[in-house]
Amino acid sequence: MKAREKTWPWRLLLVVILLGIAAGTWGAVSKIDYKWRWYRVPQYFMYLAEDAQKIPFDGKVTAVVKGNKNTKVTVVSESAETKTIQVTSDTLKVSEGEDLFAGDTVGFTKTWRLGPLMLGLWTTLWLSAISSVFALILGLLTGIARVSKNITLRGLAMVYVECIRGTPLLVQIFIAYFFLGTVFNLSRNVCGVGALALFAGAYVAEIVRAGVQSIPKGQMEASRSLGMTAFQTMKDIILPQAFKKILPPLSGQFISLIKDSSLVSVIAITDLTKSGREIITSTFATFEVWIVVAAMYLLVTSVLSQLVFYMERRLAVSD
Amino acid sequence: MIKADNVVKVFSSRSGEVRAVDGVSTEVARGEVVVVIGPSGSGKSTFLRCINGLETFTEGHIFIDGVDLADKKTNINKIRAEVGMVFQQFNLFPHKTVLENLTLAQCRVRKRSKKVADEKAQALLKKVGIPEKAGEYPSRLSGGQQQRVAIARALAMDPKVMLFDEPTSALDPEMVGEVLDVMKQLAREGMTMIVVTHEMGFAREVADRVIFMDEGKVVEVGTPEHFFTNPQEERAKLFLKQVL
Ligand SMILES: Nc1ncnc2c1ncn2[C@@H]1O[C@H](COP(=O)(O)OP(=O)(O)OP(=O)(O)O)[C@@H](O)[C@H]1O
Ligand SMILES: [Mg+2]
Repeated sequence: MKAREKTWPWRLLLVVILLGIAAGTWGAVSKIDYKWRWYRVPQYFMYLAEDAQKIPFDGKVTAVVKGNKNTKVTVVSESAETKTIQVTSDTLKVSEGEDLFAGDTVGFTKTWRLGPLMLGLWTTLWLSAISSVFALILGLLTGIARVSKNITLRGLAMVYVECIRGTPLLVQIFIAYFFLGTVFNLSRNVCGVGALALFAGAYVAEIVRAGVQSIPKGQMEASRSLGMTAFQTMKDIILPQAFKKILPPLSGQFISLIKDSSLVSVIAITDLTKSGREIITSTFATFEVWIVVAAMYLLVTSVLSQLVFYMERRLAVSD
Repeated sequence: MIKADNVVKVFSSRSGEVRAVDGVSTEVARGEVVVVIGPSGSGKSTFLRCINGLETFTEGHIFIDGVDLADKKTNINKIRAEVGMVFQQFNLFPHKTVLENLTLAQCRVRKRSKKVADEKAQALLKKVGIPEKAGEYPSRLSGGQQQRVAIARALAMDPKVMLFDEPTSALDPEMVGEVLDVMKQLAREGMTMIVVTHEMGFAREVADRVIFMDEGKVVEVGTPEHFFTNPQEERAKLFLKQVL
Protein backbone atom coordinates (compact mmCIF):
# COMPACT_ATOMS: atom_id res chain seq x y z
CA MET A 1 0.00 0.00 0.00
CA LYS A 2 1.15 3.43 -0.92
CA ALA A 3 1.46 5.91 1.92
CA ARG A 4 -0.79 8.94 1.57
CA GLU A 5 1.10 11.66 -0.16
CA LYS A 6 1.89 14.68 1.93
CA THR A 7 -0.11 17.68 0.75
CA TRP A 8 1.23 20.43 2.97
CA PRO A 9 4.35 21.22 0.89
CA TRP A 10 2.10 21.87 -2.08
CA ARG A 11 -0.26 24.01 -0.07
CA LEU A 12 2.70 25.97 1.18
CA LEU A 13 3.95 26.40 -2.36
CA LEU A 14 0.53 27.69 -3.39
CA VAL A 15 0.55 30.30 -0.61
CA VAL A 16 4.10 31.31 -1.49
CA ILE A 17 3.24 31.77 -5.16
CA LEU A 18 0.14 33.81 -4.36
CA LEU A 19 2.08 35.98 -1.93
CA GLY A 20 4.81 36.38 -4.56
CA ILE A 21 2.29 37.62 -7.11
CA ALA A 22 0.81 40.03 -4.58
CA ALA A 23 4.23 41.34 -3.59
CA GLY A 24 5.26 41.72 -7.23
CA THR A 25 2.12 43.71 -7.99
CA TRP A 26 2.67 45.81 -4.91
CA GLY A 27 6.24 46.52 -5.91
CA ALA A 28 5.26 47.49 -9.44
CA VAL A 29 2.51 49.78 -8.22
CA SER A 30 4.71 51.52 -5.68
CA LYS A 31 7.20 52.34 -8.46
CA ILE A 32 4.65 54.42 -10.30
CA ASP A 33 3.42 57.57 -8.70
CA TYR A 34 -0.01 56.58 -7.52
CA LYS A 35 -1.58 57.87 -4.38
CA TRP A 36 -3.93 55.32 -2.84
CA ARG A 37 -7.09 56.81 -1.46
CA TRP A 38 -8.96 53.88 0.00
CA TYR A 39 -10.67 56.17 2.51
CA ARG A 40 -12.67 57.66 -0.33
CA VAL A 41 -14.33 54.38 -1.23
CA PRO A 42 -16.65 53.54 1.72
CA GLN A 43 -18.82 56.62 1.18
CA TYR A 44 -19.86 55.15 -2.17
CA PHE A 45 -21.36 52.16 -0.41
CA MET A 46 -23.29 54.17 2.16
CA TYR A 47 -23.22 57.76 3.23
CA LEU A 48 -24.84 60.04 5.71
CA ALA A 49 -27.03 62.40 3.70
CA GLU A 50 -27.86 65.85 5.04
CA ASP A 51 -31.18 67.25 3.94
CA ALA A 52 -31.85 70.91 4.61
CA GLN A 53 -35.12 71.60 6.47
CA LYS A 54 -36.61 74.92 5.44
CA ILE A 55 -39.64 76.82 6.64
CA PRO A 56 -42.43 77.51 4.14
CA PHE A 57 -43.44 80.94 5.45
CA ASP A 58 -42.19 84.04 7.22
CA GLY A 59 -42.38 83.60 10.98
CA LYS A 60 -40.87 83.52 14.42
CA VAL A 61 -39.27 80.68 16.30
CA THR A 62 -41.39 80.19 19.39
CA ALA A 63 -39.86 77.08 20.88
CA VAL A 64 -36.68 75.03 20.54
CA VAL A 65 -36.87 71.70 22.36
CA LYS A 66 -33.46 70.09 22.44
CA GLY A 67 -33.42 66.34 22.61
CA ASN A 68 -30.46 64.02 22.77
CA LYS A 69 -30.17 63.50 19.04
CA ASN A 70 -32.92 65.54 17.48
CA THR A 71 -34.22 69.00 18.18
CA LYS A 72 -37.79 70.14 17.62
CA VAL A 73 -38.20 73.69 16.36
CA THR A 74 -41.64 75.29 16.44
CA VAL A 75 -42.28 78.23 14.14
CA VAL A 76 -45.37 80.44 14.12
CA SER A 77 -46.24 82.58 11.12
CA GLU A 78 -47.81 86.02 11.11
CA SER A 79 -51.17 84.46 10.34
CA ALA A 80 -50.77 82.24 13.46
CA GLU A 81 -49.93 79.13 11.49
CA THR A 82 -47.69 76.75 13.50
CA LYS A 83 -45.18 74.31 12.16
CA THR A 84 -42.87 71.97 14.02
CA ILE A 85 -39.68 70.93 12.27
CA GLN A 86 -37.34 68.23 13.50
CA VAL A 87 -33.62 68.52 12.78
CA THR A 88 -30.47 66.79 14.00
CA SER A 89 -29.27 68.61 17.12
CA ASP A 90 -25.74 69.52 16.04
CA THR A 91 -26.97 71.12 12.80
CA LEU A 92 -29.41 73.52 14.45
CA LYS A 93 -29.09 76.97 12.89
CA VAL A 94 -31.74 79.00 14.73
CA SER A 95 -32.46 80.02 18.30
CA GLU A 96 -35.64 80.86 20.17
CA GLY A 97 -37.18 84.23 19.34
CA GLU A 98 -35.44 84.56 16.01
CA ASP A 99 -37.37 85.97 13.03
CA LEU A 100 -37.18 83.90 9.86
CA PHE A 101 -38.17 84.34 6.23
CA ALA A 102 -39.75 81.77 3.96
CA GLY A 103 -37.09 79.40 2.69
CA ASP A 104 -34.67 79.92 5.55
CA THR A 105 -32.87 76.80 6.72
CA VAL A 106 -33.67 75.71 10.25
CA GLY A 107 -31.19 72.87 10.27
CA PHE A 108 -30.48 69.51 8.67
CA THR A 109 -31.65 65.95 9.10
CA LYS A 110 -29.07 63.22 8.68
CA THR A 111 -30.02 59.83 7.21
CA TRP A 112 -28.00 56.90 5.91
CA ARG A 113 -28.39 56.39 2.17
CA LEU A 114 -27.13 53.72 -0.22
CA GLY A 115 -24.26 54.96 -2.33
CA PRO A 116 -23.84 54.49 -6.08
CA LEU A 117 -21.91 51.24 -5.67
CA MET A 118 -24.82 49.62 -3.86
CA LEU A 119 -27.38 51.08 -6.25
CA GLY A 120 -25.28 49.89 -9.18
CA LEU A 121 -25.00 46.43 -7.64
CA TRP A 122 -28.76 46.35 -7.20
CA THR A 123 -29.25 47.29 -10.86
CA THR A 124 -26.82 44.59 -11.94
CA LEU A 125 -28.63 42.03 -9.79
CA TRP A 126 -32.15 42.68 -10.97
CA LEU A 127 -31.02 43.11 -14.56
CA SER A 128 -29.27 39.74 -14.44
CA ALA A 129 -32.14 38.07 -12.59
CA ILE A 130 -34.81 39.17 -15.05
CA SER A 131 -32.58 38.36 -18.03
CA SER A 132 -31.86 34.92 -16.54
CA VAL A 133 -35.54 34.09 -16.20
CA PHE A 134 -36.23 35.08 -19.79
CA ALA A 135 -33.06 33.35 -21.00
CA LEU A 136 -34.12 30.16 -19.25
CA ILE A 137 -37.60 30.19 -20.78
CA LEU A 138 -36.26 31.10 -24.21
CA GLY A 139 -33.41 28.58 -23.97
CA LEU A 140 -35.72 25.80 -22.84
CA LEU A 141 -38.14 26.37 -25.72
CA THR A 142 -35.37 26.80 -28.27
CA GLY A 143 -33.44 23.81 -26.96
CA ILE A 144 -36.50 21.59 -27.27
CA ALA A 145 -37.26 23.05 -30.70
CA ARG A 146 -33.72 22.08 -31.74
CA VAL A 147 -34.47 18.39 -31.11
CA SER A 148 -38.06 18.46 -32.37
CA LYS A 149 -39.22 16.49 -35.39
CA ASN A 150 -40.72 19.61 -36.98
CA ILE A 151 -38.34 21.03 -39.59
CA THR A 152 -39.68 24.60 -39.31
CA LEU A 153 -39.19 24.71 -35.55
CA ARG A 154 -35.77 23.16 -35.84
CA GLY A 155 -34.77 25.65 -38.55
CA LEU A 156 -35.99 28.67 -36.61
CA ALA A 157 -34.16 27.54 -33.50
CA MET A 158 -30.99 26.93 -35.45
CA VAL A 159 -31.02 30.34 -37.15
CA TYR A 160 -31.56 32.05 -33.81
CA VAL A 161 -28.78 30.17 -32.06
CA GLU A 162 -26.30 30.63 -34.88
CA CYS A 163 -26.99 34.35 -35.29
CA ILE A 164 -26.58 35.05 -31.60
CA ARG A 165 -23.54 32.88 -31.10
CA GLY A 166 -21.85 34.29 -34.17
CA THR A 167 -21.99 37.94 -33.17
CA PRO A 168 -20.48 39.82 -30.21
CA LEU A 169 -22.75 40.71 -27.31
CA LEU A 170 -21.60 44.32 -27.42
CA VAL A 171 -22.82 44.64 -31.01
CA GLN A 172 -26.10 42.94 -30.10
CA ILE A 173 -26.63 45.46 -27.31
CA PHE A 174 -26.00 48.33 -29.73
CA ILE A 175 -28.44 46.85 -32.25
CA ALA A 176 -31.03 46.27 -29.53
CA TYR A 177 -30.71 49.83 -28.31
CA PHE A 178 -30.05 51.97 -31.37
CA PHE A 179 -32.00 49.93 -33.92
CA LEU A 180 -34.76 47.93 -32.24
CA GLY A 181 -35.06 50.42 -29.40
CA THR A 182 -35.65 53.26 -31.84
CA VAL A 183 -37.94 51.35 -34.19
CA PHE A 184 -40.17 49.92 -31.49
CA ASN A 185 -39.70 52.77 -29.04
CA LEU A 186 -38.29 50.67 -26.19
CA SER A 187 -36.71 51.96 -23.01
CA ARG A 188 -33.03 51.32 -22.43
CA ASN A 189 -33.77 48.86 -19.63
CA VAL A 190 -35.99 46.79 -21.90
CA CYS A 191 -33.27 46.83 -24.56
CA GLY A 192 -30.62 45.83 -22.03
CA VAL A 193 -32.65 42.98 -20.55
CA GLY A 194 -33.76 41.90 -24.00
CA ALA A 195 -30.25 41.78 -25.43
CA LEU A 196 -28.90 39.86 -22.43
CA ALA A 197 -31.80 37.41 -22.44
CA LEU A 198 -31.52 36.76 -26.18
CA PHE A 199 -27.78 36.29 -25.86
CA ALA A 200 -27.84 33.94 -22.89
CA GLY A 201 -30.93 32.16 -24.28
CA ALA A 202 -28.97 30.93 -27.29
CA TYR A 203 -26.32 29.39 -25.07
CA VAL A 204 -28.92 27.94 -22.70
CA ALA A 205 -30.62 26.40 -25.74
CA GLU A 206 -27.44 24.58 -26.68
CA ILE A 207 -27.00 23.36 -23.12
CA VAL A 208 -30.62 22.17 -22.99
CA ARG A 209 -30.27 20.44 -26.36
CA ALA A 210 -27.15 18.61 -25.24
CA GLY A 211 -28.87 17.66 -21.99
CA VAL A 212 -31.96 16.30 -23.70
CA GLN A 213 -29.87 14.38 -26.20
CA SER A 214 -27.79 12.86 -23.41
CA ILE A 215 -30.85 11.07 -22.02
CA PRO A 216 -30.95 7.54 -23.48
CA LYS A 217 -33.55 7.00 -26.21
CA GLY A 218 -35.04 4.19 -24.17
CA GLN A 219 -36.46 6.70 -21.69
CA MET A 220 -38.52 8.39 -24.38
CA GLU A 221 -39.62 5.03 -25.76
CA ALA A 222 -40.56 3.61 -22.38
CA SER A 223 -42.61 6.68 -21.56
CA ARG A 224 -44.34 6.80 -24.93
CA SER A 225 -45.03 3.06 -24.79
CA LEU A 226 -47.06 3.73 -21.64
CA GLY A 227 -49.27 6.10 -23.60
CA MET A 228 -47.79 9.34 -22.30
CA THR A 229 -47.84 12.20 -24.80
CA ALA A 230 -44.68 13.81 -26.15
CA PHE A 231 -45.31 16.82 -23.92
CA GLN A 232 -45.84 14.75 -20.76
CA THR A 233 -42.73 12.73 -21.56
CA MET A 234 -40.65 15.90 -21.91
CA LYS A 235 -42.01 17.38 -18.71
CA ASP A 236 -42.01 14.32 -16.45
CA ILE A 237 -39.23 12.12 -17.82
CA ILE A 238 -36.72 13.85 -20.07
CA LEU A 239 -36.36 17.36 -18.65
CA PRO A 240 -36.06 16.38 -14.97
CA GLN A 241 -33.24 13.99 -15.85
CA ALA A 242 -31.64 16.44 -18.27
CA PHE A 243 -31.88 19.24 -15.73
CA LYS A 244 -29.75 17.34 -13.26
CA LYS A 245 -27.07 16.86 -15.89
CA ILE A 246 -27.09 20.42 -17.20
CA LEU A 247 -27.15 22.16 -13.85
CA PRO A 248 -23.35 22.75 -13.80
CA PRO A 249 -23.08 24.23 -17.34
CA LEU A 250 -26.35 26.10 -16.84
CA SER A 251 -25.13 27.76 -13.65
CA GLY A 252 -21.90 28.62 -15.43
CA GLN A 253 -24.00 30.34 -18.09
CA PHE A 254 -25.90 32.39 -15.53
CA ILE A 255 -22.68 33.37 -13.80
CA SER A 256 -21.44 34.51 -17.19
CA LEU A 257 -24.63 36.47 -17.63
CA ILE A 258 -23.98 38.43 -14.45
CA LYS A 259 -20.53 39.32 -15.73
CA ASP A 260 -21.75 40.03 -19.27
CA SER A 261 -24.38 42.38 -17.87
CA SER A 262 -21.55 44.87 -17.31
CA LEU A 263 -21.70 45.56 -21.05
CA VAL A 264 -25.10 47.23 -20.76
CA SER A 265 -23.28 50.17 -19.21
CA VAL A 266 -22.54 51.24 -22.80
CA ILE A 267 -26.20 52.15 -23.29
CA ALA A 268 -26.14 54.25 -20.14
CA ILE A 269 -27.78 51.82 -17.75
CA THR A 270 -26.27 52.62 -14.36
CA ASP A 271 -25.21 49.14 -13.33
CA LEU A 272 -22.26 48.31 -11.10
CA THR A 273 -19.72 48.95 -13.85
CA LYS A 274 -21.20 52.29 -14.89
CA SER A 275 -21.41 53.36 -11.24
CA GLY A 276 -17.73 52.56 -10.92
CA ARG A 277 -16.92 54.70 -13.95
CA GLU A 278 -18.97 57.58 -12.60
CA ILE A 279 -17.30 57.42 -9.20
CA ILE A 280 -13.89 57.53 -10.82
CA THR A 281 -14.71 60.74 -12.65
CA SER A 282 -15.31 62.43 -9.31
CA THR A 283 -12.65 60.78 -7.13
CA PHE A 284 -9.83 59.78 -9.51
CA ALA A 285 -9.44 56.70 -7.27
CA THR A 286 -9.22 54.56 -10.40
CA PHE A 287 -7.37 51.58 -8.98
CA GLU A 288 -9.38 51.34 -5.80
CA VAL A 289 -12.76 51.60 -7.47
CA TRP A 290 -12.08 48.99 -10.14
CA ILE A 291 -10.67 46.61 -7.54
CA VAL A 292 -13.76 47.10 -5.39
CA VAL A 293 -16.08 46.65 -8.36
CA ALA A 294 -14.30 43.43 -9.33
CA ALA A 295 -14.54 42.17 -5.75
CA MET A 296 -18.28 42.86 -5.74
CA TYR A 297 -18.82 40.87 -8.94
CA LEU A 298 -16.71 38.08 -7.49
CA LEU A 299 -18.77 38.04 -4.32
CA VAL A 300 -22.05 37.72 -6.22
CA THR A 301 -20.80 34.97 -8.52
CA SER A 302 -19.27 32.98 -5.65
CA VAL A 303 -22.51 33.07 -3.70
CA LEU A 304 -24.30 31.77 -6.78
CA SER A 305 -21.74 28.98 -7.26
CA GLN A 306 -22.20 27.85 -3.69
CA LEU A 307 -25.96 27.84 -4.12
CA VAL A 308 -25.69 25.64 -7.21
CA PHE A 309 -23.27 23.31 -5.44
CA TYR A 310 -25.83 22.86 -2.68
CA MET A 311 -28.60 22.16 -5.21
CA GLU A 312 -26.50 19.57 -7.02
CA ARG A 313 -26.01 17.69 -3.77
CA ARG A 314 -29.73 17.77 -3.11
CA LEU A 315 -30.53 16.41 -6.57
CA ALA A 316 -28.04 13.56 -6.31
CA VAL A 317 -30.31 11.41 -4.13
CA SER A 318 -31.51 9.08 -6.91
CA ASP A 319 -28.00 8.14 -8.09
CA MET B 1 -57.05 -9.07 -31.08
CA ILE B 2 -53.97 -8.17 -33.15
CA LYS B 3 -53.87 -8.53 -36.87
CA ALA B 4 -50.80 -7.65 -38.94
CA ASP B 5 -51.41 -7.44 -42.64
CA ASN B 6 -48.43 -7.41 -44.95
CA VAL B 7 -46.38 -5.06 -42.75
CA VAL B 8 -43.28 -3.59 -44.37
CA LYS B 9 -40.73 -1.40 -42.62
CA VAL B 10 -37.92 0.09 -44.68
CA PHE B 11 -35.05 1.97 -43.04
CA SER B 12 -33.25 4.16 -45.52
CA SER B 13 -29.83 5.39 -44.60
CA ARG B 14 -26.77 6.60 -46.47
CA SER B 15 -25.58 3.06 -47.03
CA GLY B 16 -28.85 2.12 -48.71
CA GLU B 17 -32.21 0.64 -47.79
CA VAL B 18 -32.85 -2.04 -45.21
CA ARG B 19 -36.12 -3.94 -45.39
CA ALA B 20 -36.16 -4.67 -41.65
CA VAL B 21 -39.71 -6.06 -41.78
CA ASP B 22 -40.68 -7.41 -45.15
CA GLY B 23 -44.32 -8.34 -45.58
CA VAL B 24 -45.22 -9.87 -42.23
CA SER B 25 -48.80 -11.03 -41.80
CA THR B 26 -50.06 -12.73 -38.68
CA GLU B 27 -52.91 -12.81 -36.23
CA VAL B 28 -52.81 -13.09 -32.48
CA ALA B 29 -55.97 -14.14 -30.65
CA ARG B 30 -56.98 -13.00 -27.20
CA GLY B 31 -55.09 -14.93 -24.53
CA GLU B 32 -52.61 -16.36 -26.98
CA VAL B 33 -48.89 -16.43 -26.23
CA VAL B 34 -46.77 -16.03 -29.34
CA VAL B 35 -43.01 -16.38 -29.24
CA VAL B 36 -40.99 -14.78 -32.03
CA ILE B 37 -37.53 -16.16 -32.65
CA GLY B 38 -34.93 -15.65 -35.30
CA PRO B 39 -31.32 -14.70 -35.87
CA SER B 40 -29.97 -11.27 -35.00
CA GLY B 41 -31.06 -8.57 -37.42
CA SER B 42 -34.06 -10.53 -38.64
CA GLY B 43 -36.45 -7.70 -37.75
CA LYS B 44 -38.03 -9.10 -34.58
CA SER B 45 -37.58 -5.94 -32.55
CA THR B 46 -38.65 -3.73 -35.40
CA PHE B 47 -41.86 -5.72 -35.88
CA LEU B 48 -42.63 -5.51 -32.17
CA ARG B 49 -41.98 -1.78 -32.15
CA CYS B 50 -44.34 -1.33 -35.07
CA ILE B 51 -47.14 -2.95 -33.05
CA ASN B 52 -47.10 -0.19 -30.44
CA GLY B 53 -46.25 2.60 -32.81
CA LEU B 54 -42.68 3.25 -31.64
CA GLU B 55 -41.78 2.67 -35.27
CA THR B 56 -44.03 3.81 -38.11
CA PHE B 57 -44.22 1.17 -40.80
CA THR B 58 -43.87 1.86 -44.49
CA GLU B 59 -46.65 -0.33 -45.85
CA GLY B 60 -49.44 -2.58 -44.64
CA HIS B 61 -51.82 -2.47 -41.71
CA ILE B 62 -51.78 -3.44 -38.06
CA PHE B 63 -55.16 -3.72 -36.36
CA ILE B 64 -55.39 -3.73 -32.59
CA ASP B 65 -58.89 -4.59 -31.47
CA GLY B 66 -60.03 -3.49 -34.89
CA VAL B 67 -58.29 -0.10 -34.82
CA ASP B 68 -55.88 0.44 -37.71
CA LEU B 69 -52.49 1.87 -36.71
CA ALA B 70 -51.83 2.92 -40.31
CA ASP B 71 -54.89 5.19 -40.16
CA LYS B 72 -53.72 8.78 -39.59
CA LYS B 73 -56.79 9.49 -37.47
CA THR B 74 -55.86 6.84 -34.90
CA ASN B 75 -54.79 8.29 -31.57
CA ILE B 76 -51.50 6.47 -31.07
CA ASN B 77 -51.29 7.36 -27.37
CA LYS B 78 -54.60 5.60 -26.75
CA ILE B 79 -53.33 2.47 -28.50
CA ARG B 80 -50.07 2.48 -26.59
CA ALA B 81 -51.87 2.58 -23.28
CA GLU B 82 -53.50 -0.71 -24.29
CA VAL B 83 -50.24 -2.28 -25.46
CA GLY B 84 -47.66 -2.83 -22.72
CA MET B 85 -44.02 -3.08 -23.70
CA VAL B 86 -41.05 -4.50 -21.84
CA PHE B 87 -37.59 -3.66 -23.14
CA GLN B 88 -34.30 -5.49 -23.06
CA GLN B 89 -32.69 -2.59 -21.19
CA PHE B 90 -35.58 -2.21 -18.67
CA ASN B 91 -35.73 1.57 -19.26
CA LEU B 92 -37.01 2.38 -15.80
CA PHE B 93 -37.18 6.08 -14.97
CA PRO B 94 -34.05 6.54 -12.84
CA HIS B 95 -35.16 9.78 -11.20
CA LYS B 96 -38.35 8.25 -9.84
CA THR B 97 -38.82 5.65 -7.14
CA VAL B 98 -40.14 2.21 -8.02
CA LEU B 99 -43.59 3.22 -6.84
CA GLU B 100 -43.53 6.45 -8.87
CA ASN B 101 -42.41 4.45 -11.91
CA LEU B 102 -45.60 2.44 -11.56
CA THR B 103 -47.97 5.27 -10.77
CA LEU B 104 -46.88 8.07 -13.13
CA ALA B 105 -48.57 6.86 -16.30
CA GLN B 106 -51.58 5.62 -14.36
CA CYS B 107 -52.20 9.14 -13.13
CA ARG B 108 -51.24 10.92 -16.36
CA VAL B 109 -52.80 8.61 -18.94
CA ARG B 110 -55.50 6.65 -17.11
CA LYS B 111 -56.31 9.70 -14.94
CA ARG B 112 -56.42 7.60 -11.81
CA SER B 113 -56.23 9.23 -8.42
CA LYS B 114 -52.96 8.98 -6.50
CA LYS B 115 -54.55 6.62 -4.00
CA VAL B 116 -55.97 4.21 -6.56
CA ALA B 117 -52.70 4.22 -8.50
CA ASP B 118 -50.69 3.53 -5.35
CA GLU B 119 -52.88 0.58 -4.41
CA LYS B 120 -52.62 -0.84 -7.89
CA ALA B 121 -48.84 -0.38 -7.87
CA GLN B 122 -48.44 -2.08 -4.49
CA ALA B 123 -50.55 -5.01 -5.63
CA LEU B 124 -48.46 -5.41 -8.78
CA LEU B 125 -45.18 -5.19 -6.90
CA LYS B 126 -46.44 -7.98 -4.68
CA LYS B 127 -47.35 -9.97 -7.74
CA VAL B 128 -43.85 -9.67 -9.22
CA GLY B 129 -42.37 -10.49 -5.83
CA ILE B 130 -40.73 -7.23 -4.68
CA PRO B 131 -43.27 -5.35 -2.53
CA GLU B 132 -40.49 -4.19 -0.19
CA LYS B 133 -38.73 -2.15 -2.91
CA ALA B 134 -41.51 0.40 -3.49
CA GLY B 135 -39.56 3.32 -2.06
CA GLU B 136 -36.21 2.51 -3.66
CA TYR B 137 -34.70 4.16 -6.70
CA PRO B 138 -34.15 1.79 -9.67
CA SER B 139 -30.34 2.11 -9.47
CA ARG B 140 -30.45 0.26 -6.14
CA LEU B 141 -32.13 -2.80 -7.68
CA SER B 142 -30.58 -5.84 -9.34
CA GLY B 143 -31.21 -6.36 -13.05
CA GLY B 144 -33.80 -9.04 -12.41
CA GLN B 145 -35.63 -6.82 -9.96
CA GLN B 146 -35.52 -3.91 -12.38
CA GLN B 147 -37.01 -5.98 -15.16
CA ARG B 148 -39.78 -7.19 -12.85
CA VAL B 149 -40.53 -3.58 -11.97
CA ALA B 150 -40.63 -2.80 -15.70
CA ILE B 151 -43.16 -5.60 -16.22
CA ALA B 152 -45.23 -4.30 -13.31
CA ARG B 153 -45.05 -0.80 -14.76
CA ALA B 154 -46.48 -2.00 -18.06
CA LEU B 155 -49.14 -4.07 -16.29
CA ALA B 156 -50.24 -1.09 -14.23
CA MET B 157 -51.89 0.33 -17.34
CA ASP B 158 -54.13 -2.76 -17.61
CA PRO B 159 -52.94 -3.46 -21.15
CA LYS B 160 -54.82 -5.80 -23.45
CA VAL B 161 -51.58 -7.21 -24.78
CA MET B 162 -47.99 -7.32 -23.56
CA LEU B 163 -44.97 -7.14 -25.85
CA PHE B 164 -41.59 -8.38 -24.60
CA ASP B 165 -38.40 -7.62 -26.53
CA GLU B 166 -35.71 -9.99 -25.26
CA PRO B 167 -36.59 -9.26 -21.64
CA THR B 168 -33.90 -11.53 -20.24
CA SER B 169 -31.02 -10.87 -22.63
CA ALA B 170 -29.42 -8.15 -20.49
CA LEU B 171 -29.62 -10.17 -17.30
CA ASP B 172 -27.06 -12.23 -15.45
CA PRO B 173 -27.93 -15.92 -15.88
CA GLU B 174 -28.99 -16.38 -12.27
CA MET B 175 -31.65 -13.68 -12.64
CA VAL B 176 -33.24 -14.97 -15.83
CA GLY B 177 -35.42 -17.44 -13.96
CA GLU B 178 -37.15 -14.91 -11.73
CA VAL B 179 -38.21 -12.82 -14.73
CA LEU B 180 -39.35 -15.82 -16.76
CA ASP B 181 -41.40 -17.00 -13.78
CA VAL B 182 -43.30 -13.73 -13.73
CA MET B 183 -43.93 -14.03 -17.47
CA LYS B 184 -45.09 -17.63 -17.15
CA GLN B 185 -47.53 -16.63 -14.45
CA LEU B 186 -48.87 -13.88 -16.71
CA ALA B 187 -49.33 -16.38 -19.51
CA ARG B 188 -51.23 -18.74 -17.21
CA GLU B 189 -53.52 -15.89 -16.20
CA GLY B 190 -54.54 -15.52 -19.82
CA MET B 191 -52.62 -12.39 -20.85
CA THR B 192 -52.15 -11.96 -24.58
CA MET B 193 -48.40 -11.88 -25.12
CA ILE B 194 -45.92 -11.50 -27.96
CA VAL B 195 -42.45 -12.39 -26.77
CA VAL B 196 -39.19 -12.01 -28.64
CA THR B 197 -36.71 -14.24 -26.86
CA HIS B 198 -33.83 -16.61 -27.17
CA GLU B 199 -35.10 -18.66 -24.22
CA MET B 200 -36.17 -21.81 -26.03
CA GLY B 201 -37.24 -23.45 -22.77
CA PHE B 202 -39.71 -20.66 -22.21
CA ALA B 203 -40.99 -20.95 -25.77
CA ARG B 204 -41.52 -24.69 -25.37
CA GLU B 205 -43.29 -24.36 -22.06
CA VAL B 206 -45.71 -21.49 -22.56
CA ALA B 207 -45.94 -20.60 -26.24
CA ASP B 208 -49.13 -21.41 -28.10
CA ARG B 209 -47.38 -20.61 -31.31
CA VAL B 210 -43.81 -19.97 -32.43
CA ILE B 211 -43.01 -17.59 -35.28
CA PHE B 212 -39.60 -17.90 -36.87
CA MET B 213 -38.39 -14.80 -38.70
CA ASP B 214 -35.42 -14.27 -40.95
CA GLU B 215 -34.45 -11.28 -43.06
CA GLY B 216 -37.68 -9.50 -42.20
CA LYS B 217 -39.94 -12.34 -43.30
CA VAL B 218 -41.93 -14.94 -41.42
CA VAL B 219 -40.25 -18.14 -42.47
CA GLU B 220 -42.10 -20.71 -40.40
CA VAL B 221 -45.02 -20.76 -37.98
CA GLY B 222 -46.14 -23.60 -35.79
CA THR B 223 -46.85 -25.03 -32.37
CA PRO B 224 -43.78 -25.51 -30.18
CA GLU B 225 -43.86 -29.30 -30.64
CA HIS B 226 -43.99 -28.96 -34.35
CA PHE B 227 -41.37 -26.27 -34.44
CA PHE B 228 -38.82 -27.80 -32.13
CA THR B 229 -39.20 -31.42 -33.25
CA ASN B 230 -40.06 -31.21 -36.89
CA PRO B 231 -39.23 -27.88 -38.54
CA GLN B 232 -39.84 -27.79 -42.28
CA GLU B 233 -37.65 -24.92 -43.48
CA GLU B 234 -33.90 -25.21 -43.90
CA ARG B 235 -33.19 -21.87 -42.24
CA ALA B 236 -35.25 -22.80 -39.20
CA LYS B 237 -33.42 -26.11 -38.91
CA LEU B 238 -30.09 -24.31 -39.13
CA PHE B 239 -31.09 -21.75 -36.53
CA LEU B 240 -32.33 -24.39 -34.09
CA LYS B 241 -29.13 -26.35 -34.48
CA GLN B 242 -27.19 -23.25 -33.43
CA VAL B 243 -29.26 -22.31 -30.39
CA LEU B 244 -30.23 -25.69 -28.94
N1 LIG C 1 -33.21 2.83 -36.50
C1 LIG C 1 -32.71 2.06 -37.48
N2 LIG C 1 -32.13 2.63 -38.56
C2 LIG C 1 -31.63 1.88 -39.56
N3 LIG C 1 -31.65 0.54 -39.57
C3 LIG C 1 -32.20 -0.10 -38.52
C4 LIG C 1 -32.75 0.63 -37.41
N4 LIG C 1 -33.23 -0.26 -36.51
C5 LIG C 1 -32.98 -1.48 -37.02
N5 LIG C 1 -32.38 -1.40 -38.23
C6 LIG C 1 -32.00 -2.52 -39.06
O1 LIG C 1 -33.13 -3.32 -39.24
C7 LIG C 1 -32.78 -4.69 -39.21
C8 LIG C 1 -33.61 -5.42 -38.19
O2 LIG C 1 -33.25 -4.99 -36.90
P1 LIG C 1 -33.95 -5.50 -35.57
O3 LIG C 1 -33.40 -4.75 -34.44
O4 LIG C 1 -35.40 -5.49 -35.74
O5 LIG C 1 -33.45 -7.01 -35.50
P2 LIG C 1 -33.65 -8.06 -34.33
O6 LIG C 1 -34.25 -9.24 -34.98
O7 LIG C 1 -34.36 -7.47 -33.21
O8 LIG C 1 -32.18 -8.41 -33.93
P3 LIG C 1 -31.58 -8.71 -32.50
O9 LIG C 1 -31.83 -10.14 -32.21
O10 LIG C 1 -30.11 -8.44 -32.68
O11 LIG C 1 -32.20 -7.78 -31.53
C9 LIG C 1 -31.29 -4.76 -38.95
O12 LIG C 1 -30.64 -4.98 -40.17
C10 LIG C 1 -30.96 -3.39 -38.41
O13 LIG C 1 -29.67 -3.01 -38.82
MG1 LIG D 1 -33.86 -6.91 -31.19
